[in-house]
Amino acid sequence: MINAIKTELKHFRKNGELWLLALPGALFFIVFNYIPLYGLILPFKNYNGAKGFWDSPWAGLNNFKYLFSGDAWRITRNTVAFNSVFIALGLVAAVAFALILFEMSARFVKLYQTILFIPYFLSWVVASYIGSSLLDMNFGMLNRIIEALGGEGKAWYVEPAYWYVILPLASLWKGVGYSTIIYYTSLMGVDPELYEAAELDGASRWQQIRAISLPMLKPLMIMLTLMSVGGIIKSDFGLFFSFTLDSKPLYPVTDVIDTYVYRALRKLGDVGMSSAAGLYQSLVGFVLVLASNWLVKRVDPDNALF
Amino acid sequence: MAGARGERSRQARQPKRRGGLAILPLHALLGGFCLLCLIPLLLVAAISLTPESLLKSGGYTLFPKAWSTAAYEYTFRNYAQIVRSYGITISVTAVGAVMGLFCTTSIAYVISRPYFRYRRFLSFFIFFTMLFYGGLTPTYLLVTKTLHLKDSLLALILPSVMQGWYVILMKGFLQSLPNSIVESAKIDGARELSIFARIVVPISRPGMITVGLFLMLQYWNDWYSSLLYIDDQNLVSLQFLLYKLMASIEFFKVMAQMAPGSIRIDPLSIPTLGARMAMCIVAAGPMVLIFVFMQKYFVRGITIGSIKG
Repeated sequence: MINAIKTELKHFRKNGELWLLALPGALFFIVFNYIPLYGLILPFKNYNGAKGFWDSPWAGLNNFKYLFSGDAWRITRNTVAFNSVFIALGLVAAVAFALILFEMSARFVKLYQTILFIPYFLSWVVASYIGSSLLDMNFGMLNRIIEALGGEGKAWYVEPAYWYVILPLASLWKGVGYSTIIYYTSLMGVDPELYEAAELDGASRWQQIRAISLPMLKPLMIMLTLMSVGGIIKSDFGLFFSFTLDSKPLYPVTDVIDTYVYRALRKLGDVGMSSAAGLYQSLVGFVLVLASNWLVKRVDPDNALF
Repeated sequence: MAGARGERSRQARQPKRRGGLAILPLHALLGGFCLLCLIPLLLVAAISLTPESLLKSGGYTLFPKAWSTAAYEYTFRNYAQIVRSYGITISVTAVGAVMGLFCTTSIAYVISRPYFRYRRFLSFFIFFTMLFYGGLTPTYLLVTKTLHLKDSLLALILPSVMQGWYVILMKGFLQSLPNSIVESAKIDGARELSIFARIVVPISRPGMITVGLFLMLQYWNDWYSSLLYIDDQNLVSLQFLLYKLMASIEFFKVMAQMAPGSIRIDPLSIPTLGARMAMCIVAAGPMVLIFVFMQKYFVRGITIGSIKG
């Protein structure tokens, strides 16, 4: 009996030290991830900076009524539509590049992989410099080329329609290196005997890709895609804000939930509106993550997040 | 770690597949795309080295008719601002990455211990932060109104010290270490804290380098926090400086006249087009090169992190 208590105490002491180790990190999570959960209530208040959160009057659903009678559809559509394109384009390009890399000698793999990966290290602000060197109306290289070919220079930062193409390309440029690495590494892990056997049976490279490589990549493709679908309501703020130079004429196309929340908060100082849009995004995002995880679990339980 | 990835030793033995599919078109395709990725980067460098007059008359081009370092000479006249911004970015990155690395490694160690009683609870506690986000607005009010960190470098550091994803990544690393070392130390009666400090930290160096680099990349490239929390001209980090420079060319001129020790110059004579790109290269170039040089650590993090840790 006494021994049992002793071991229990010993156990507790050991766990105590582990708790101590976990404490600093846990504190950061509590302050910056758990306390902001009061954002669940914030949009139902008529927030007043002078009164503070607790003493501000209740607003009922007014903030949401406002949001859904106006901008909600536009920013949701932009967010989801662009993210869908990014996901599809990124998937196809990354798998294709990984398959191509797989055919190449180590030297070229290293070279191509390095180049593809460079944009990942650039911030969207730096990327906006790169974008403007191409797209600047007066000096940009693209307009120079168009003019040299006898066309007329375009006002890239004014005409929204162009950005249906520009944004996916920018997203691809910045992100494809990252996902190519994932798929390429996965291909490297495929048992080489499969390919040797296929070779002996006279399968062409193309047949090997279709019969071995692609099926081997399939679980990863499904899993990564489902995971990005879980995040389809969150957008890359830098891409839509900085890379577009926050150009107002482009808003009909480039305004997404994240830029909307930012603008409502920092430019308009409208806490109610921005927190309502933020909560809407968080809730939809949460449901989507749960749903996509449920799907991943059905496809491949090993890869489910939880 | 899941199946496909477990076969690391195979990689070394696998003979490289060559030939077969006509390799040249593949080089053309991938090489072409890589070239398209690189050209804009080279263009920025070329613009920074083109005389302003040529830029104004002929626009941006990869191969200007003449070269000039005037834009850099001009940019370095603002050395005071550049040095200050480098100082701010370096301090924020150093403090943030060290804090993040310490907190991430220690909490990841705790949830990687199979004998930790509250392991499931703590894991979920961390995991939940990846599932649900309170939102920008409450975070902003917390940082500015409750913590009073507006115009403080702490506002750039503290909110992003902990990222659930890095904890999961680090836990993956720690779980891949041989457990026997820790077990035998425990049998020898070593305490958890000293096991962590004397054994775990030294042997998990590769994992810590990877997570540390991700943290450094995150802090180095962060301009969004500055956009939210920094109004003070004296606290402008490198990325935020670039953002402001892009957002308004006027800022450049103002800065030129504020810079101590610089000669007052006619704003119209400032090589704004070239100098902007020169500033971009001076501010972003060196660190990007370092990150590219360290890419193998990032690659390791990506491959371990993609299959959950």
